[in-house]
Amino acid sequence: MAYSDKIVDHFQHPRNVGSMDTNLKSVGTGIVGAPECGDVMKLQIKVDDEDRIVDAKFKTFGCGSAIASSSLATEWVKGRTLDEALQLKNTDIVTELALPPVKIHCSVLAEDAVRAAIADVKKKKEQVDAPANAAVVG
Amino acid sequence: MRSVYLDTNATTPVDPRVLEAMLPYFRENFGNAASRNHRFGWVAEEGVDKAREQVAKVINANSKEIIWTSGSTEGNNTAILGVAHMYAEKGKHIITCKIEHKAVIDPCKFLETEGYEVTWLDPDDKGRVSVEQVREAMRDDTILVSLMFANNEIGTIHPIAEIGALCKQRDVIFHTDATQAFGKVPIDVEAMGIDLLSMSAHKIYGPKGVGALYVRRKKPRVRLQPIIHGGGHERGMRSGTLNVPGIVGCGAAAAVAMKDMPTESVKIAGLRDRLWAGLSEHLTDIHRNGDPQHSLPNTLNVSFLYVEGESLMMGFGDIAVSSGSACTSASLEPSYVLKGLGMGDDIAHSSIRFSLGRFTTKEEIDYTIEQVVKTVNHLREMSPLYEMAQQGIDLSKVEWQRH
Repeated sequence: MAYSDKIVDHFQHPRNVGSMDTNLKSVGTGIVGAPECGDVMKLQIKVDDEDRIVDAKFKTFGCGSAIASSSLATEWVKGRTLDEALQLKNTDIVTELALPPVKIHCSVLAEDAVRAAIADVKKKKEQVDAPANAAVVG
Repeated sequence: MRSVYLDTNATTPVDPRVLEAMLPYFRENFGNAASRNHRFGWVAEEGVDKAREQVAKVINANSKEIIWTSGSTEGNNTAILGVAHMYAEKGKHIITCKIEHKAVIDPCKFLETEGYEVTWLDPDDKGRVSVEQVREAMRDDTILVSLMFANNEIGTIHPIAEIGALCKQRDVIFHTDATQAFGKVPIDVEAMGIDLLSMSAHKIYGPKGVGALYVRRKKPRVRLQPIIHGGGHERGMRSGTLNVPGIVGCGAAAAVAMKDMPTESVKIAGLRDRLWAGLSEHLTDIHRNGDPQHSLPNTLNVSFLYVEGESLMMGFGDIAVSSGSACTSASLEPSYVLKGLGMGDDIAHSSIRFSLGRFTTKEEIDYTIEQVVKTVNHLREMSPLYEMAQQGIDLSKVEWQRH
């Protein structure tokens, strides 16, 4: 099975490899997959006050298609609002990278990682907001 | 640098000397070896007989004990199903191992559906089965022990002579799948008590689609119920017009392997050791799988922790190897051989098999070391597992989100 040029490009020149401080309130982290399954993706997003994603980073343990899927996902979510990023579909990744059927799970994992990161940052924001609301009530 | 081929346990190129020997049998010597009444047939038969002797010699057998097959899958099936069906009245118990090739596992599983009982031995963490394990598994109704000579993924060699002696003592037929060992390490069917042995030509620089099954004729005379019925070729054990050019190539490949084995095995083992030394010098967190004390000279299986095998292969794309990861299969299951050693799935996914060969050079090994080190470092930089391990997180304690 030959890899598409786009997979090879993302694999050799992955975009946005790295890590952000998980303790920051503006940073959401999604870690999906398991080492036993041969794929673990960590995808992180950083949002501004308007819930727009200003930065994204990833680290992936997995095959070339998994690395390319997560690399592409970080590229796509940057500049989008959280709601826009939730529109990201794994099928878009499949099309863009020309993933073969046996690699579709890589795109699913990337979508899951984006969703997990968004959920994480939303949860953090609610926790930040909660004490302020409590203060008003108090 | 041209492509580097380090996957000779999968297959090998045909040696030019082998091809030379085969060519006349496609052209002028095209006869059917079963044609007994004209010159074309006799010439073909002479070629086949010579090849039979060449193959027999490698394992100290008699040429009459060699049956031609299409390769080891057929050899293993013929041996296992043939013994089971021929000796069913004597017993229906078979002993084999969990990390055999599928061409042994699947016929045994098939026999289970026919009411046979199979004992699946667990190898130790280096891939070896002990003679004590085989002894303990033996029963009054055991008719066959089938254990590979050397493992295709990790290169581990079982204590074949001891197991053979036990089988003789207990009057149990002993089959060994010697696909990876034939022509690479010394084999003596007499000294090792082997009754049936399968080999494939394409693993020893011969053509694909041809192989041989050794079937002992004396002490004991092993009988097989054939799986291919027809014209009664090959003492009735395997009917079908013989693939004369392929058989001649198989014989020539065996002869070259036997002649060169003493020097070749030392040279190849030296290169394999150079590869391992180079990798361990430049990389941390790598494990050598298998048993360095009892191993094929050409096989090196390594786990590179925190990186996945298929991405490694993609990273050093012009170096052909095999991976213990099975990311391309729908099941996502990694190698059952590595798992059979008690290895975790995560480490199995991180494993690469390097299998060297006759044409491997020192330059290729040095280039491989350089490329593998570069790729592992590149992939570890983007591995969340490596990052966590560096932070001192115990990966086995993490609650992963399985998908």
